[in-house]
Amino acid sequence: MNISVQSKQEVPALSFSVRVKSGVKKNWYKFSRNKLSVVGLIIVLIIVFSAIFAPLIVPYPHHAGKFVDYANAGTAPCAEYWFGTDNFGRDIFSRIIFAFRGALYMAALVLAIAVPIGVFLGLIAGYYQGTFLDTVIMRVTDIFLSVPPLLLALAIAAVLKPNLTNAMIAVTVMWWPWYTRLVYGMATSTRNEYFVKASELIGAGRLHIIFREILPNCLSPIFTKMALDVGWVILIGASLSFVGLGEQPPTPALGQMVSDGTRYMPDLWWMTVFPSLAIAVTILGFNLMGDGIRDMMAKGEYDRE
Amino acid sequence: MSGDALTLTETILEVQNLKTYFSVGKAEGKPLFVKAVDGVSLKVKRGEIMGLVGESGSGKSTLAYTVMGMYPPTEGKIIFQGQDISMPSAKRSLSIKKDLQIVFQDPGSSLNSRQNVRQILELPLRVHKIASKNGLEEKIVQLLKMVELPPNYMHKSPASMGGGERQMISIARALATDPQFVILDEPTSALDVSIQAKIINMLLKLQEEKGLTYLFITHDLSLMRNIATRVAIMYLGKICETAPTEDFFQAPLHPYTRMLLSSIPVVSEEEEELKPKKVVSTGEIPSPVNVPPGCSFHLRCPEKREVCMEVDPEMVEAEPGHFVRCHLYG
Repeated sequence: MNISVQSKQEVPALSFSVRVKSGVKKNWYKFSRNKLSVVGLIIVLIIVFSAIFAPLIVPYPHHAGKFVDYANAGTAPCAEYWFGTDNFGRDIFSRIIFAFRGALYMAALVLAIAVPIGVFLGLIAGYYQGTFLDTVIMRVTDIFLSVPPLLLALAIAAVLKPNLTNAMIAVTVMWWPWYTRLVYGMATSTRNEYFVKASELIGAGRLHIIFREILPNCLSPIFTKMALDVGWVILIGASLSFVGLGEQPPTPALGQMVSDGTRYMPDLWWMTVFPSLAIAVTILGFNLMGDGIRDMMAKGEYDRE
Repeated sequence: MSGDALTLTETILEVQNLKTYFSVGKAEGKPLFVKAVDGVSLKVKRGEIMGLVGESGSGKSTLAYTVMGMYPPTEGKIIFQGQDISMPSAKRSLSIKKDLQIVFQDPGSSLNSRQNVRQILELPLRVHKIASKNGLEEKIVQLLKMVELPPNYMHKSPASMGGGERQMISIARALATDPQFVILDEPTSALDVSIQAKIINMLLKLQEEKGLTYLFITHDLSLMRNIATRVAIMYLGKICETAPTEDFFQAPLHPYTRMLLSSIPVVSEEEEELKPKKVVSTGEIPSPVNVPPGCSFHLRCPEKREVCMEVDPEMVEAEPGHFVRCHLYG
């Protein structure tokens, strides 16, 4: 009897030592509950890996640069050229994979610049809610948001020299206000929570309040929006390159490939259809993954230790 | 527990004619205000537990938040340990913040769910330089022990704890700076009864050990009877009656107090007979935007007279230590 009682008492101690349930495991459970999120993640991984290792996996790496092969121009999709060839005889499949590089590079860099700027301004405006600083930041944000996004990007890109860097600058300029808006809303509501009041009454400094109390409570919508935005930045980038304001030939870009193809419709339909599908699948992948990240970040019943 | 048994001499907090109004737009060209706190004067002596009782909407929390500096006072003065602290909390010195702390009502929203207990309790220790970097962990374990929680709670997040445990963390955080004066804003009303008792006993124990002064806000009169040294009743932004607990329950003077006391639900006949006098409670607390002229209680008062509708009564000392604001005693 005595022994069994003792072993019972040890149970809580044991369960404490294995208490640290892997955060990765928990997050994966929440992410993968929706199977479509997993599909999205697989699409994204395939796109990212194929972009990174493009020279190793595509059948004709040199077709992504200065190359012409009029003998094979306009070949329909076949075993040799999966997605056919364009009017210069270049393999569409190889060029799409290479075009992912520019598209992902642009999305990563645009978000890496626009998100910190937007989040910082949103936090400041939210913290100084009702002051002059709040008014200035939020009215400027409103002005940017009131111009149709593509129009603003087009205008900026048109003024600057057409190349990938300037296209990224154009998209970055129109992208940060969305994050300012998002974070402002979160920050103003968090600012009035009792835990923020309690920290203030203890005597915590402004930096602590803004970055340690308010910011962590804004992170999950920020990450969700970022995941969704990768797709949209790629779309805007493709739109810019469609009208000739992005990456310049002969470097392949998805929008530019679609635009080139339209001149040969409907005879060389594959020139337009496959790059368009590539854009659509990329956006779909990032959106599905974004939904999964939102599920993962949501605080809920599975968060108890 | 009467006043002279304890050495309740030094005034730690004095509130003089404090008013906190909130602007709520305009009507017919005149600005409208919610008069949440409307001319409160109050003295709290060192070492006592002052109970502040009132209905919902009577302004007791606003009074507490104004004292804490969360709202700027519209008029009046707050004097804490001899210093004027009528400014907002951002302008108060760290030493005032160290000595004056608050425990909020809802432990769910007063702890940051994105931090763990260690991070929560670290903040006051770091801000007030109470523990060195190496001593932080030890001090946090001490704080947890003080509120009777095991050390491994350090790594828990508030989301994974029950309401009572969260409130204990809130109390530990408030006491981390070793304050002199703690405002308890209905610290148990969000908890279930079994945990309430535990929290109250812990608060009483800590008060005795550390010689704390509490301003205990609640709407639970029976709780006040058991723990408070003095009780103040608030109605519509004003204090109606202040008295030592014993006097307060045995010989209440203000009609509103009598109404409240007779509305305490009791179980047995004997308890019913202990109640001072049966007064039927009528009506609701009026809107603090539209305060009635004269005594603010006259709409519900069973002993209303002509004068009550016109003149707002002054606070008088009806018996030694027993203050009341009513024309019956003027």
